[in-house]
Amino acid sequence: MNILSPTGHLGFTPIERGSFEIGVTRRPDAIVADSGSCDIGPQPLGADEHCSPEEWQRHDLELMLLAARRLGVPMIVGSASDAGTDRGVNQYAEIVRELARRHRLAPFNLATIFSEVSRDEVARRLRSGVRIEGLDGRADLTPAVLARTDRLVAVMGVEPIIQALGQGADVVIAGRSGDSCLFAAPAIRAGFPEASAYYLGKVLECASFAAEPFMGKESILGTVTADAVSVTAMHPGQRCTVASVASHAMYERASPFFEHVAGGVLDMTHCRYEQVDERTTRVSGFAFRRDAVYRIKLEGSGKVGERAVSIAGIRDPYTIRHIDAVIGWARSKVEERWGEPGTRYQLYYHVYGRDGVMGSSEPRRAVPGHELCVVVEAVAPRWEDAEVVCALGTRNLFYARLPEVRGTAGTAALMMDEVLRGKPGYEWTVNHVMPLADPLELTSVKLEVVGR
Amino acid sequence: MTTKPLVELAKTIRSKNAGVDQITFDIVFRDRETYELVKRSRALSPEVVARLYSIPPERITAFVEFDPALAIKFTIRRERPSGSPGERDVFGAQQYAPLFDVPIPIE
Repeated sequence: MNILSPTGHLGFTPIERGSFEIGVTRRPDAIVADSGSCDIGPQPLGADEHCSPEEWQRHDLELMLLAARRLGVPMIVGSASDAGTDRGVNQYAEIVRELARRHRLAPFNLATIFSEVSRDEVARRLRSGVRIEGLDGRADLTPAVLARTDRLVAVMGVEPIIQALGQGADVVIAGRSGDSCLFAAPAIRAGFPEASAYYLGKVLECASFAAEPFMGKESILGTVTADAVSVTAMHPGQRCTVASVASHAMYERASPFFEHVAGGVLDMTHCRYEQVDERTTRVSGFAFRRDAVYRIKLEGSGKVGERAVSIAGIRDPYTIRHIDAVIGWARSKVEERWGEPGTRYQLYYHVYGRDGVMGSSEPRRAVPGHELCVVVEAVAPRWEDAEVVCALGTRNLFYARLPEVRGTAGTAALMMDEVLRGKPGYEWTVNHVMPLADPLELTSVKLEVVGR
Repeated sequence: MTTKPLVELAKTIRSKNAGVDQITFDIVFRDRETYELVKRSRALSPEVVARLYSIPPERITAFVEFDPALAIKFTIRRERPSGSPGERDVFGAQQYAPLFDVPIPIE
């Protein structure tokens, strides 16, 4: 079985057409892509917005849909519209319906799979004593943290997608999904072992990132057999090498040996990599172990407040040497009126030119540059308050009182004496796993006929 | 003892989110000989990383040598989740730079 992977994040930047068309001539058995990630920060999930332009999303969906319908093979897209909420699934389904009308496609079955979970549903499970375990060192989920959460999605495994394909879906638009599960689902349904199927998904999920030299948005083709997976770059200038494929196993993962998915773990500890031709690498030796209890990952985001930002520059070397005192002064002036930071407001100073990127982990923070850019970030429940705190915290960089300052007409350069309104600040409140009695209990599949 | 900075020995030095709470670092070498040299030197270790980044050793959640990719890889727990107010690097993509200067004994 061959699966074509054209992009690591559908819509994020447009799919490159050339290598995709080459991939289509190889007559894949499915065309699969994920369209979301928790990488983009908590705002798109919390606010239920997409961060990719709809024009690019439509471009990528159109390319995949027309090719899949021409070949008569399934098209599977997961984590629809960046965060994989119900809104994202409905938006993509509507784009597919429009495209089908516009291109007068012959009738086909469209499945939509929803995996958003209500806060009430999670609260109910917490009350009934279900342990919702924190990932990556987080504490278990509490009612208080859940109360700060605006929106949650469950990261679905292969089961709902297999169910949709079993019902005859030609096109699957799924909510938040495990990236590798989107590719594993058709392979498992076709009878391949779970280990091969999940490894296929693992290697294909970021498309051309598994090939070299580095290129984004180019297609790669994966071939699964009972005990091995081969992966081939479709762009004429790219190759899937032992180094590029092995290196991809560790990309964006804490461990290169284990890939956790809903219901189990893919073990890559004993993987063997062989170059089979110039552009193809073959991998074998993986294993898959099912968990004793089926658990699904929950992602949740909650609003912290409205966010205001302003920018100040500092050039005076004396002021730069005393930048902590300058910031201390500005903070103290804010605290005089607003009290200590906490629930009323939060205030952050990002000092670019010293440690704006790395904070206290910056080894060179003792040797700042000859000029500094201070980005002042204020967050408060109401926009008007965030704006005032930000203005107060910025203008007082200008009025800082230092004992030996020569420049007594202002201690900061204001690029503009203005506070900018950012998107509201959100926080990842939920990064947890929840046990399920039935892998399908949080998802729902809807099937409809679309087309002429 | 002669040393070379890590940046002159590695093909790739990168950092990236591993989920919303962690940042993972990959140091990849071009050939097995250089990889083995760096590995044997123990010049990169959880202790070295903790000192370099001024973090308590508990924040290093993984440190592995990954032979098939000729790579040394470690993972750090973030101070706060990616993209939160006050956070500096949503993708965790620029946290690797201090690794460039780590001195590696070459003989």
